[in-house]
Amino acid sequence: MADLSSEFVGIKSPNPFWLASAPPTDKEYNVRRAFEAGWGGVVWKTLGEEGPPVVNVNGPRYGAIWGADRRLLGLNNIELITDRPLEVNLREIKQVKRDYPDRAVVVSIMVPCEEQAWKSILPLVEETGADGIELNFGCPHGMSERGMGSAVGQVPEYIEMVTRWCKQYSRMPVIVKLTPNITDIRKPARAAKAGGADAVSLINTINSITGVDLDSFAPEPTIDGKGSHGGYCGPAVKPIALSMVSEIARDPETHGLPISGIGGVTTWRDAAEFMALGAGNVQVCTAAMTYGFKVVQEMISGLSQWMDEKGHASVADFVGRAVPNVTDWQYLNLNYITKARIDQDACIKCGRCYAACEDTSHQAISMSADRVFEVKDDECVACNLCVNVCPVEGCITMEELAPGAMDERTGRKVAKEYANWTTHPNNPAARPAAE
Amino acid sequence: MGHSPFTPGVAAGRLPSEAMTRNFGDLHPPLDAHEATVAADRCYFCHDAPCMTACPTSIDIPLFIRQIATGTPEAAAKTIFDQNILGGMCARVCPTETLCEEVCVREVAEGKPVEIGRLQRYATDKLMAKNSHPFSRAAATGKRVAVVGAGPAGLSCAHRLAMKGHDVVIFDARTKPGGLNEYGIASYKSVDDFAQKEVDWLLQIGGIEVRQGQALGNGLSLDALVAEYDAVFLGIGLAGVNALRAEGEEVENVADAVDFIAELRQARDLGALPVGRNVVVIGGGMTAVDAAVQSKLLGAENVTIVYRRGQDRMAASGYEQDLAASKGVRIMTHAMPVKVIGNGAVREVEFEYTEDGPGGLTGTGERFTLPADQLFRAIGQKLDGAPEGLALDGGKIKVSGAGRTSVAKVWAGGDCATGGDDLTVTAVAEGRDAAEDIHASLS
Ligand SMILES: Cc1cc2nc3c(=O)[nH]c(=O)nc-3n(C[C@H](O)[C@H](O)[C@H](O)COP(=O)(O)OP(=O)(O)OC[C@H]3O[C@@H](n4cnc5c(N)ncnc54)[C@H](O)[C@@H]3O)c2cc1C
Ligand SMILES: Cc1cc2nc3c(=O)[nH]c(=O)nc-3n(C[C@H](O)[C@H](O)[C@H](O)COP(=O)(O)O)c2cc1C
Ligand code: SF4
Repeated sequence: MADLSSEFVGIKSPNPFWLASAPPTDKEYNVRRAFEAGWGGVVWKTLGEEGPPVVNVNGPRYGAIWGADRRLLGLNNIELITDRPLEVNLREIKQVKRDYPDRAVVVSIMVPCEEQAWKSILPLVEETGADGIELNFGCPHGMSERGMGSAVGQVPEYIEMVTRWCKQYSRMPVIVKLTPNITDIRKPARAAKAGGADAVSLINTINSITGVDLDSFAPEPTIDGKGSHGGYCGPAVKPIALSMVSEIARDPETHGLPISGIGGVTTWRDAAEFMALGAGNVQVCTAAMTYGFKVVQEMISGLSQWMDEKGHASVADFVGRAVPNVTDWQYLNLNYITKARIDQDACIKCGRCYAACEDTSHQAISMSADRVFEVKDDECVACNLCVNVCPVEGCITMEELAPGAMDERTGRKVAKEYANWTTHPNNPAARPAAE
Repeated sequence: MGHSPFTPGVAAGRLPSEAMTRNFGDLHPPLDAHEATVAADRCYFCHDAPCMTACPTSIDIPLFIRQIATGTPEAAAKTIFDQNILGGMCARVCPTETLCEEVCVREVAEGKPVEIGRLQRYATDKLMAKNSHPFSRAAATGKRVAVVGAGPAGLSCAHRLAMKGHDVVIFDARTKPGGLNEYGIASYKSVDDFAQKEVDWLLQIGGIEVRQGQALGNGLSLDALVAEYDAVFLGIGLAGVNALRAEGEEVENVADAVDFIAELRQARDLGALPVGRNVVVIGGGMTAVDAAVQSKLLGAENVTIVYRRGQDRMAASGYEQDLAASKGVRIMTHAMPVKVIGNGAVREVEFEYTEDGPGGLTGTGERFTLPADQLFRAIGQKLDGAPEGLALDGGKIKVSGAGRTSVAKVWAGGDCATGGDDLTVTAVAEGRDAAEDIHASLS
C-alpha cells in the first residue's frame, strides 16, 4: 500500500488532502467532523482582528454555474472572513489541535496592513498550538475594499512586507495565499519568497459574476436588487489554478518554494495533477461544500490505487514530476506532426466534428451522403478540435506521423529532428543554428 | 435431435443449440467502460444515502459509484467487498428493484434509478479479473471454527473469520460449494460458472478448509463439532421442500422445482436436458418464476405458473413477474391444484378456483384442467435436518442478536435461521455479522 502521509513545510498530516480556509473550516464542529471523515488537515477559516467581528450579508452569498444534469461546475461567493469572535475561534482551534495531534491545523489570518495589527495577533494564534499560519492575501470581494485580501495580494511590496513581519514575530511556518486576480502570478510569489515565506498556496477565488437576472437586470447573487462581484471557485477554475501553480514551480526564482495547490480539486486525479505540477499538497473547498466531507474517501482510495499501480511509494515520488515538461510555446517541437483519425466503428454519425472543422477550422473533414465522416490529411492541421467536440470518447484520436512519412498538407516529409520556433526560418528573430 | 417445442411429451433438444446458448446467456450483459461512466455519473452521492440503508449488507454505494466515476473500479470493488464478500454474486442476483434501486432518489423522483446492481458488477468483475485477493489475514489466533454449509451465509462467515485470524473448516453436504449460488440461482443470472470462480477467489484469503460431502446428521453431529471447535456456525439453508398434498402427485414427471433447477444448473449440455411441451409450475415465488422461465428457455411450448392467491400476494417481485411474462410464461392466479391426472406419468392437472374469504382461502367449487407433461412444485422450502436441541421458531433455527442460537457456542444465519428475507444478500450479511460476534466472543 502506498504511503499517503505528507509533510508540508514541516507540517505532518496522514494524507495530502487539506480543507481550504472557508466555511467548511469555520468552526470546531465542522473541523472535528472533517477529521473524523478522514481529512488530513485544515486551514481554519480566516481570522480577523480582535474586536467586533465582520458582518456578512443576510441574503444569498453564492452563485453557481451548472453543467448537464445540474452538476455544479463553478461556485461564486461574496462571503467575508469569519464572522465569529476571535477568542471563540482561538479557543476552538486549541481544543481541536489538542484532540487531533496527527492532523494539520493551519490558521488563516487577515488583518490590516499595519505592523502592530500583525504583531498583536500572531502570539495569540501561536498560543493555540496550531501548526502554521496562512496569510489571506486573496479574498477578492468586500475585504479588498477595506485594503485587505487581494488588495494586498496585488501589490508585491505589501506581500513581502507583511510576510517579513510574520516571520519576525512568530516561529510558525508561514504560507502565503495568493490571489489569481493578477496578471503575472510569479510576481507575488517572488515577493512572498523574498519576505521569507515558507510556502505559497494558490489559488484563492477569481473575480466573477455568475449571471444576470434578465427581469430585474441584477447580477447574481442578488441582494435586494443589487449584486457585487464575488470569488469564483470549483471545477471550473482548476485549469487556471494548474497553470499558475506551474508558473511558480518552474520560475527559476521560486523553483523549489513549497506550494499548496488549491482550485477545483474534486477527485484524486485533480489532486495528483496539482502535485505533479509541483504542489506538495492540495486544499479543497468547493468539492466538500458540494458533496460533503465524505468526498475525501474517494480522494484517498483513488490516489493510493494510482500510486500503487505506478509504483510511487510516497507522495514525494511524484510531486513536481510534470514541471520539467511545462515549457514556453517557443520551445515546442514543430516537427511533431499528427493527423486526426476517426474510428468508423465507434462513430455515431452526429456530425459535430464536421460542423466544427468545416465552419470554424480548416475544412479537413469530409461528409458523404450516407453520413460517413473522414479526415482529409491534406487539410488537417492537427488542431484537435474535432477530438474535443466529439461526444464519443476515444472515437477521434490524433495519430503521430513517423519521421520520413509524408505530410500531405505541406507536401514535406516529416523530419526526425526536434526543431522549434527559435530556429524557424519564418521567425525574424531566429538565431542560426550553432555552427 | 429433430425435436421442437411442439414435440409431444417430455423431450430434450427442443431448440437449436445457438438458440439455447442465447437463451441462457447473461440476462443483463455487463456494462462496458463508457456505459459504466455514464451510469455512475447519474449518482448524486447522497448524504446518508437511502440505497445504503436498503442494502442488507450496507455497502457504501455512493462511495463505490464515485470511485467508478473517477476511474478506479478496483477501489470501488474494495469498498463493496469490505461489506459483502459475495458482492459479485449479489450484483447478479439481488432483486435490486426491491432493495437499493427501489429507494434510489432518482427512482423516486424520475422512475429511473441509478443502475446500482450493474455498476456493482462492473466494479467487482474488474477486480476479480485480476485474480488477486484484496484482503489478508490478521495474525493467527489459534482458534478453530466449524462452519456447516458452504452457501452464501457459510462462505461469508468463513471469510470474515479467516480474516480475523481464526482457522475455519467448512462442512458441506453436497459435492460442490456455493449452496444455492451453485444449485439454485437461475442460469441466466450467473453465467460462465461464476459461482465456482467466486468461491475459489474467496478462498484465496487462506485459512479455510472446505470438506464437501459431509452432512450434519449423517456422520457429523453438532455435539461433536461443539466439542472439537471453539465455535460453530450453521448455514445449512432450507434443504427440505413443502408438500403439495394433491391427489395423484406420485406419478412420473412431477418434481420439485428446486431439483429441476439444480439439475439444470449442473447440466453440461442443456440440449440433453428434457423438458415438457406443456409445463405447469405451482407456486408464486422466485423459485416458481425461475423454473417456469428456464423451462420456456429450454423450448417448452406452453408454460403456466399457477398461484393460489392473487397476483399482489405473489412473493416474486413485479420485475420477476414481468420477466416471466416477457419470456412467454402465463401466470394464472386464484387457483389451487386438486388432482394430478395421468397413467404412470402426469398428463393433466386439475385445479379449483379459489377466493379469499374471512375464513381464509377456500375453493369456489369451479374446476378446470391444464395439460401438463411436467409439473413442478415450487411452494416453498423448509428447514430439514436441524440438529436436535436447537430451539426453533416458525420452522427455522431461532436466533437472537447476531445469529446466536439457543445453544452456547453455536451461531446460525442465512435461510435456516429466523430473521431477514430469504435472499443471497441477507445470508451474506448474517454470516458476516455472526462472524464478527464469534470473533468478539473468542477474543
Ligand atoms: C430457485 C431459487 C432461486 C433463487 N434466486 C434468488 C435470487 O435471484 N436472488 C436472491 O437474492 N436469492 C435467491 N434465492 C434465495 C437464495 O438462494 C438463498 O436465500 C440463499 O442461497 C441462502 O443462503 P444460505 O447460505 O442460507 O443457504 P444455501 O444457499 O441453501 O446453502 C446451504 C448450504 O448448506 C448445505 N447443507 C444443507 N444441509 C446440510 C447439512 N445437513 N449438513 C451439511 N451441509 C448442509 C447445502 O449443501 C448448501 O451448500 C433463490 C433460491 C432458490 C431456491
Ligand atoms: C464561501 C467561501 C468562503 C471562502 N472564504 C475564504 C477565506 O475566508 N479565506 C481564504 O483564504 N479563502 C477563502 N475561500 C477560498 C477557498 O479557500 C479556496 O481558495 C477557493 O474556494 C478555491 O478552492 P476550491 O475550488 O476547492 O473551492 C472561500 C471560498 C468560499 C467558496
Ligand atoms: S444551506 Fe440553506 S438552510 Fe443552510 S444556512 Fe444556507 S440557506 Fe440556510
